[in-house]
Amino acid sequence: MTDDLRLQKDLERRKSNPQPAIRNPQSFWRSLEELSGSEKFQKSLHREFPPNASEFGNFNRRNFLKILGATVALAGLPACTKQPLQKLVPYVHQPEELVPGKPMHFATAMTLGGFATGLIAESHEGHPTKLEGNPGHPASLGATNVFHQAAILDLYDPDRSQAVLENGDPATWEEFVGAIHDAWQSQQSKNGGGLRILTETVTSPTLHFQIQQLLKKFPQAKWHQYEPVNRDNIREGAKLAFGESVESHYHFDKAKIILSLDSDFLYSHPNAVRYANDFSEKRRAKFPQTEMNRLYAIESTPTLTGANADHRLPVSSAEIENLAFALAEKLGAISKPESGNSKHQNWISVVADDLSQHRGAGIVIVGENQPARVHALAHLLNHSLGNSGRTVTFTESAQANWANQTESLRELVNDLRQNSVDVLVMLGGNPVFTAPADFQFAKNLRKAKFTVHQALHVNETSKICDWHIPENHFLESWSDARAFDGTTSIVQPLILPLYAGKSAHEILDAMLSPPGRDDYEIVREFWKSQNSGDGFEGSWHRALHDGLIESTSLPEKKVSLKQFPTDPEKQNSKSGIEITFRSDPTIYDGRFMNNGWLQELPKPINKLTWDNAALVSPSLAKRENLSNGDVVEIESENRKLEIAIWVTPGQAENSVALPFGYGRKSIGRVGVRAGFNVYELRTSSSPWIGNGAKLKKTGKTYQLVTTQIHHVIDSDERQIIREGTFDHFQKEPDFVAKDSASPVESDTLFEPKEFPYNGYKWGMVIDLSACIGCNACTIACQAENNIPVIGKEQVAAGRIMHWIRVDNYFRGPPENPQTTFQPVPCMHCENAPCEVVCPVGATMHDSEGLNVQVYNRCIGTRYCSNNCPYKVRRFNFLQYAQYDVASYRPMWNPDVTVRWRGVMEKCTYCLQRISEARITAENQNRRIRAGEFQTACQQVCPTSAIVFGDLNATDSRVAKLKTHELNYLMLGQLNTRPRTSYLAKLRNPNPKLSS
Amino acid sequence: MAQIFRRRSNSFARAGLVAIVLLTGAIGGIAYAVYWSPWETRQMIPIPQTVPFSHEHHVYGLGLDCRYCHTSVEKSAFAGIPPTETCMTCHSHIWNKSPMLAPVRRSMADHTRLQWNRVNFTPDFVFFNHSVHVKHGVGCVTCHGQLDQMPLTWKSHTLFMRWCLDCHRHPEKYVRPENEVFNLNWTTTNQLALGRELVKQYNIHTKQLSDCSMCHR
Repeated sequence: MTDDLRLQKDLERRKSNPQPAIRNPQSFWRSLEELSGSEKFQKSLHREFPPNASEFGNFNRRNFLKILGATVALAGLPACTKQPLQKLVPYVHQPEELVPGKPMHFATAMTLGGFATGLIAESHEGHPTKLEGNPGHPASLGATNVFHQAAILDLYDPDRSQAVLENGDPATWEEFVGAIHDAWQSQQSKNGGGLRILTETVTSPTLHFQIQQLLKKFPQAKWHQYEPVNRDNIREGAKLAFGESVESHYHFDKAKIILSLDSDFLYSHPNAVRYANDFSEKRRAKFPQTEMNRLYAIESTPTLTGANADHRLPVSSAEIENLAFALAEKLGAISKPESGNSKHQNWISVVADDLSQHRGAGIVIVGENQPARVHALAHLLNHSLGNSGRTVTFTESAQANWANQTESLRELVNDLRQNSVDVLVMLGGNPVFTAPADFQFAKNLRKAKFTVHQALHVNETSKICDWHIPENHFLESWSDARAFDGTTSIVQPLILPLYAGKSAHEILDAMLSPPGRDDYEIVREFWKSQNSGDGFEGSWHRALHDGLIESTSLPEKKVSLKQFPTDPEKQNSKSGIEITFRSDPTIYDGRFMNNGWLQELPKPINKLTWDNAALVSPSLAKRENLSNGDVVEIESENRKLEIAIWVTPGQAENSVALPFGYGRKSIGRVGVRAGFNVYELRTSSSPWIGNGAKLKKTGKTYQLVTTQIHHVIDSDERQIIREGTFDHFQKEPDFVAKDSASPVESDTLFEPKEFPYNGYKWGMVIDLSACIGCNACTIACQAENNIPVIGKEQVAAGRIMHWIRVDNYFRGPPENPQTTFQPVPCMHCENAPCEVVCPVGATMHDSEGLNVQVYNRCIGTRYCSNNCPYKVRRFNFLQYAQYDVASYRPMWNPDVTVRWRGVMEKCTYCLQRISEARITAENQNRRIRAGEFQTACQQVCPTSAIVFGDLNATDSRVAKLKTHELNYLMLGQLNTRPRTSYLAKLRNPNPKLSS
Repeated sequence: MAQIFRRRSNSFARAGLVAIVLLTGAIGGIAYAVYWSPWETRQMIPIPQTVPFSHEHHVYGLGLDCRYCHTSVEKSAFAGIPPTETCMTCHSHIWNKSPMLAPVRRSMADHTRLQWNRVNFTPDFVFFNHSVHVKHGVGCVTCHGQLDQMPLTWKSHTLFMRWCLDCHRHPEKYVRPENEVFNLNWTTTNQLALGRELVKQYNIHTKQLSDCSMCHR
């Protein structure tokens, strides 16, 4: 009631004093609704949870009374339950190194797009429960991204393929080996002429060796590779510039000026975790703060890289080529003053100046979606700016055989069309879903006589293959893989296969020499054969322990520029709009469709969950009279797609971004019926950028769910976000403290009493300059703390359960706003407003300053969340934790309570990790050392933006950062005295552009 | 108009009022008694096991140390239940034909795990750690009772929160010297004085011990 009253008052006040259409240009806004001052947003602002969160849906008075009566009658009954007897099941032979109740850690690696990231997996009595980055691995440095964190859920996914299938019917592995062997025999005479292998990107030395063996045996057989997120343009660009396909490596830690041309190197590059770390090295808070790099980004759709840029220019993807040529011309790298684009002339010349003033300390990086010519041009620019060899180096690729994957698949499809494929073995991937639409892969696949497909789920491709083999999850099988820099890791399993799965190694081995060996033997034998000297055992165990094989990173390669394009390709100026294709930020190319954690993870910029949408610019939406959720028909190259739109601030005006991966027909319970299949529009001629598309409003609408306006706090008046420029900070280091509103200490009814925190005093600092908004913390927290998935409808009702959310704030015009990310966990206030209102003492303070939530006391009044100014408390409105799914149980962290319906929960500062460290320390009669343990969000953060520790330990990093000039408290004026504080965001804009 | 109620109705009404109070009290009393009775707490009820393992025989009779079987009690939250292999170190030589031990031999031969009925356990939202208690002088006997006198094992205490808190608030009433932790028959005449001394020596922060976060997370 009071909420409504307050809202009413506020709305009246606003009516009598109407706000200008565009508010203070310096003010932050969370969504376009807020910018236009809509009533929906105001409602959200005034409530503990978003509207609808606390309502019961369609409910009348009669039903309410019925339920109320039943509740009263039954309330006493649960107290009568006696705890059932439990069983204790000891080992027969207990492994020597295992201590029951203590987790063990093993090094392994996960590949995405072929490239490996080293991981450390935590295992409780034989089941893996959490993945962390391997600090010794160059692609990880201890951090991971959202996909690595969510991989554990895929392992325990109850919808995984569980049995070998022959034409959809259950079969056995032995039957398959027999069948493939028969199919094999017919190939002997043809030298394998009708044999084809299709894989995804391969970096595994063992798999490569096995394929080589196969090709040696059958010289006419062919090996194809295809992934929808491929690096064809990068390969062709390098070939164009250097005459050979070399891999470029960027050293962001050495760069001062970075120009990104449609590249999302902070998030979707194969080496993004490492790059994010290197990039933020020159941005995060230090003592003293003496330098900062500067990032310029030109892109068509807002990415994390653009959001973190000091200057961002939204232009359509096709226009980027022109701008790149204009820049090259400005820098004198090419002598063709053919600059047609006068609109951005100034921008380009300022960037050109900045780059040429920092010769050898700049980077020009191009995204995989830009054509090869732009890549070649970037090589030229880096070369002429003296960056090559310093901030940009070159090596051979870590890929076993870097092919142009689109061409590779085209060749396969042509062979299929000509009926010359007898046996097609597909190891992983899902080409029926992901192949370019013009290949008509499904239709042509049926022309092969004998098809085998291995996959984690029975997917679109498996459905039309003769044989389906369940794929072993990487935590179930032995393998090896190389990181982007070539470092080789052994992929070590943590658990025996849960189902009748096989790895790619086992399938190939069964084909080569039936009945085949298991993958441990295959991988081990291969590495044994590679080991020239003796002492294999020692080096093998060392590699397993360290998670990488020493000195396997690729040596630097000298390259010389052969040629470069001199003027932009003449674009046949088609009318209509541009469409660009992107991999989805949370479900990648569609492979994580059945992963609830990733589905529910709000996408970094627009915070959409459970769906993809066509991202259109505010001006295009206005022109076409579109609003969020309107379904449009997009027609491109005579293909049509109906898709809902999302108006995206910062999207280039005439460009529509289409994230692919959604709209799958065959996947488990989680991913079915989510989103739209963008692959239907993606063709081999325009895999990333399509021109001349038409957009038509259909009049239908579709419910899209975003968390962007959930848990909003009035940012304008209350200084939630503090930021400034690097130059301003140099001149006025105390600018944050100066204009911070401080609390009125006397405004309290209680007797002011200081509690001495003599023992440990936990606290956290979040550096907004370092945070890139990648969401890894959100999902690491979910994995660590058994946070449930609730589904699209529940998210729509505003009940999302994440304990740490990453808010993003915009500032400036919606056409090209500045973006600031702010991770918000529980603040652990010393004067916590939630504690004083709990009628049952379920939220209490402990002697180390933690604001703790006691689930077994909580009766669900929700007074605490009502009183929390930070809106960080989450309530189990329904029974969200899935006790009934047996396969999830071994995944849960045994050190954290699984919550039940009707209790409140929130961030605990990873209390289980604190307890573990405290007990270990007390048993050894010492204090916890600084840095001895990390919270889950801190550990995963690729940019070390989250720092946690003991504020009483003066040598701890967190205690030092608390004294930094940029340190500020969110809503500190309320005298809540939060333990979590923020370091104001610094940007480093070019003065020549900011005026 | 005649009286509806007779005179004695008054007495019935008064008696009724008293009866309501007494009855409510009695129901409450019974509920309370049931709640604290072994039926609910499972205290003092020997738990049947597939193999009738006797702590009395192994601890009192043979003098085995607790840690021979419960190997992780000093290292981990969980004290550890011995694997079949541990049983067979002796029972492959002695009593190796006994029908009572047939399930153990079968477990070893077929590589199937033995299943024991759990005697002591806390709810899922309580996180008890053995190692820290053992290291700070809480004896086995303090919580588990006189195991050397249990032919079949039973729960000696309720393990209710109030019972835990008694020690967490007044550890001096229970702590013992570290080298007497595994001694089931250690006694002292001056527990409180020794306890206070030990609490200081073990560096136990008694105030912190009753924080919710000590056991609930």
